Amino acid sequence: MQWDIVIGLEIHVQLATQTKIFSGSSTAYGAEPNTQANAVDLAMPGTLPVPNEQAFRYAVMFGLATNAEIGRRSVFERKNYFYPDLPKGYQTTQLAQPIVGPGYVDIDLADGSTKRVRIHHAHLEEDAGKSLHEDYHGMSGIDLNRAGTPLIEVVTEPDMNSADEAVAFAKKLHSLVTSLGICDGDMSQGSMRFDVNISLKPKGSDTLGTRTETKNLNSFRFMEQAIAHEVERQMDILEDGGRIVQETRLYNGDRDESRSMRTKEEANDYRYFPCPDLLPVEIDDAFIEDARARLPELPDARKARFKEQYGLNDYDAGVLSGDAKLSAFFEETVEHGKDAKLAANWIQGEFSARLNADEKSVAEAPISGAQLGALVTRIADNTVSSAGAKKVFEALWSGDNDDVDAIIDAKGLKQVSDTGALEAMVDEVLAGMPDQVAQYQNEEDPKKRKKMLGGFMGPLMKASKGQGNPKLFNEILVRKLGG
Amino acid sequence: MHNKSVAELSRELESGKISSVELTQQFLDRLKHEDGKYNSFITISDEQALAEAKAADEMRAAGKATVWTGVPFAHKDIFCTNGIRTTCGSRMLENFVPPYDATVTANFKAAGAVCLGKTNMDEFAMGSSNESSFYGAVTNPWGMASGDKRVPGGSSGGSAAAVAARLVPAATGTDTGGSIRQPAALCGITGLKPTYGRVSRYGMIAFASSLDQGGPMARTAEDAALMMNVMAGHDPKDSTCIDREVPDYTATLNEPLKGLKIGLPKEYFSDQLSPAMEEQVRNAIREYEKLGATVKEVSLPNAKLAIAAYYVIAPAEASANLSRFDGVRYGYRCDDPKDLMDMYTRTRAEGFGNEVKRRILVGTYALSAGYFDAYYLKAQKVRRLIQQDFINAFKEVDVLMSPVSPTPAFRQGEKNTDPVSMYLEDVFTIAINLAGIPAMSVPAGFVDGLPVGLQIIGDYFSEARLLNAAHQFQQVTDWHQREPQ
Repeated sequence: MQWDIVIGLEIHVQLATQTKIFSGSSTAYGAEPNTQANAVDLAMPGTLPVPNEQAFRYAVMFGLATNAEIGRRSVFERKNYFYPDLPKGYQTTQLAQPIVGPGYVDIDLADGSTKRVRIHHAHLEEDAGKSLHEDYHGMSGIDLNRAGTPLIEVVTEPDMNSADEAVAFAKKLHSLVTSLGICDGDMSQGSMRFDVNISLKPKGSDTLGTRTETKNLNSFRFMEQAIAHEVERQMDILEDGGRIVQETRLYNGDRDESRSMRTKEEANDYRYFPCPDLLPVEIDDAFIEDARARLPELPDARKARFKEQYGLNDYDAGVLSGDAKLSAFFEETVEHGKDAKLAANWIQGEFSARLNADEKSVAEAPISGAQLGALVTRIADNTVSSAGAKKVFEALWSGDNDDVDAIIDAKGLKQVSDTGALEAMVDEVLAGMPDQVAQYQNEEDPKKRKKMLGGFMGPLMKASKGQGNPKLFNEILVRKLGG
Repeated sequence: MHNKSVAELSRELESGKISSVELTQQFLDRLKHEDGKYNSFITISDEQALAEAKAADEMRAAGKATVWTGVPFAHKDIFCTNGIRTTCGSRMLENFVPPYDATVTANFKAAGAVCLGKTNMDEFAMGSSNESSFYGAVTNPWGMASGDKRVPGGSSGGSAAAVAARLVPAATGTDTGGSIRQPAALCGITGLKPTYGRVSRYGMIAFASSLDQGGPMARTAEDAALMMNVMAGHDPKDSTCIDREVPDYTATLNEPLKGLKIGLPKEYFSDQLSPAMEEQVRNAIREYEKLGATVKEVSLPNAKLAIAAYYVIAPAEASANLSRFDGVRYGYRCDDPKDLMDMYTRTRAEGFGNEVKRRILVGTYALSAGYFDAYYLKAQKVRRLIQQDFINAFKEVDVLMSPVSPTPAFRQGEKNTDPVSMYLEDVFTIAINLAGIPAMSVPAGFVDGLPVGLQIIGDYFSEARLLNAAHQFQQVTDWHQREPQ
């Protein structure tokens, strides 16, 4: 039987505010446990929440960037459940009156088409703390540093039909929130976390099947794997004539396994009701217009500009415009490097490869766009060969030297492009290789001749101590050896 | 000294006849000697009190004294006090010492007042007799002469008894459904529940957040005004606290009452009120007529729904507010929990008393899936109707007057096995909390040797007018000066 896959996403986005959503504690990641939790975060008796205006501003910016209606009256509710990392015994969140109403995001698909994914709503809420189950001699540790970090939870309509589409949407959302500057986008620190709702239905059917929710996926790769895993699991059950149980599942990416966390029957009754400690927040036109004025260039507009301004192809423009920091790095490189295509190639090639190898983000790269731009300039004006440029790049990356021209000089990587000197070298080498010259000249097949040309390059590079411009050597050789 | 009002003690200190350290020591000695009879304090903080007294004397010497500098008083044990145990009347917080001050606490400290300790209360402010306290019932100073042990009312019963017994001249209270006014009435003192949002709730342990309001309890309206001058005001730490100018509440105490329009809600003079009580209340209203006020009957048609709506909304909010008492971070934790669920269930089963558990159960039920609309949403609609009744009434009159409680102080044990009869104690006070308006309890007579309170209800932010009306009444009556024997 053929099946349609139906996917909806719930995405928790940590907002990059300095302080928590209802207290003045810092939201910085990585501090000693419980050093960023004050009396409010600890839910000490009598303490009260005070809303953080910046969280509202960021949520409104998100709404504007996703073509959404802004909720003019935003109401916080209490979602009641007991858990040790939930200090108040309820999460302060939004339900009936969220800050961001229906909107949409367009995603690019692999076949070059675009697809619109609708957003049902996005609401503001507080993050919980963390329970630590290791290293406490059989006890659990509670770290409340994260408790109260502002989140927006983005809930989509079930508009995606494959893992690829879901990942494309997730990446687009990542690109949006980092470009907006409202989230640092660091998935390894939990800045974005995905819950995936999946159901199958017979191909072409109008009726949605029973769905499962797979919670807390924190990388695009795990999300892709988890969807593939869950689709296969559901398909196996359905094709064996079974029924899908509506449930929440947990996926273990390291083992590619999932297990049921709780079924619908076991679900908590959260007993939502409006939080009496927080008055409804009225969002007025001035606040929205202020947020609109703060919107930076968004990824779609930037992609179009990169194609127009730098003559990049669709693929390169897409990659380089997707991540705000990478975009900025690219533009700095071009500013100092002039040749945009060459800059694009180096950033997507050597630069990205080194970031991946060192597990670093663009922000953590040890070289600047200005430095890479200087290197691109020297490649473009033939001062260094591409092989030499890689050596310069290594030196920059390792921090041995931060000046491109100084590295070229110090390492003797400057190409000889003086045609007179190069011609003399060619004459000398050819004179020493009469048999090969004859062989070349007797060969009729142009492909084989081209290959034989390579046999002269080794000795030529040796003669020039590696500094001869290979392109010029090639031209001179062809001319001297005759058509 | 113990019979003097805050205003009088302030003048004594100002004159230099006595230092705050001497005054504080006198009050502490008397408190320790006398409170065995009443059990009105949970904690006496003598060391901190004497340190505050010393600082107050220095403040005065430096010429920075306020009216409150060096004057002893007490806090209901619901206000967090930095470094002093704050129990909220519960076993759950028997060992809880807050590392912060409530805003009200901080305001009194800044004014230089001297806190002698923390007064007894119904557990988590849930009760009308002070019998639900983990630290034992409080005995009303009135009625003891005839050998009776009567309740002081609740939940601010410790504060009311302590003020009535002259252990302190004034004490803070909180009022969610009548918890300042009813004990004030039953103990023959003056109490004010301010407009919701007038006094910060930060650091005041929450019972029902949309109803809770801190306020003054003292013997005179003048002292209540002095307390309001310290307690009222905007607080950035409480987003329900209103940013609105605070008047000097003493400035208008002496305004004449001529032309004051008084409304008598006919629903509050019903058969729930004993004829003897009604007579006292009507006598008091006649005093107002003598002072130049006019009186007319008004109607609050939805008042009869107030208790039902309150006992949905308040427990619903409480059920969530009290979830934080889970044994994880502070407060009581059961011994040797087997696992997390065992820790939660035993901690809360052992840490909370019966009335608190009853209200958590009621509130949890009211918010449950399938019941929310029928209970919580319906109660909120009723709340708006009740609010509208008052708004309509204040189009016709300046203040409303009524009894505070249906009966005077009852005997300990008389009602605590019947929750509904206990809840009916608040039949005349609860609607005021639902509407969020201010109201006072003023001593207005006696029935069988027990005090009777007159309730004066005002429009939003009319505290100054209420205090003025109460003060003028106290210029022509002496009910508030009667001392229990």
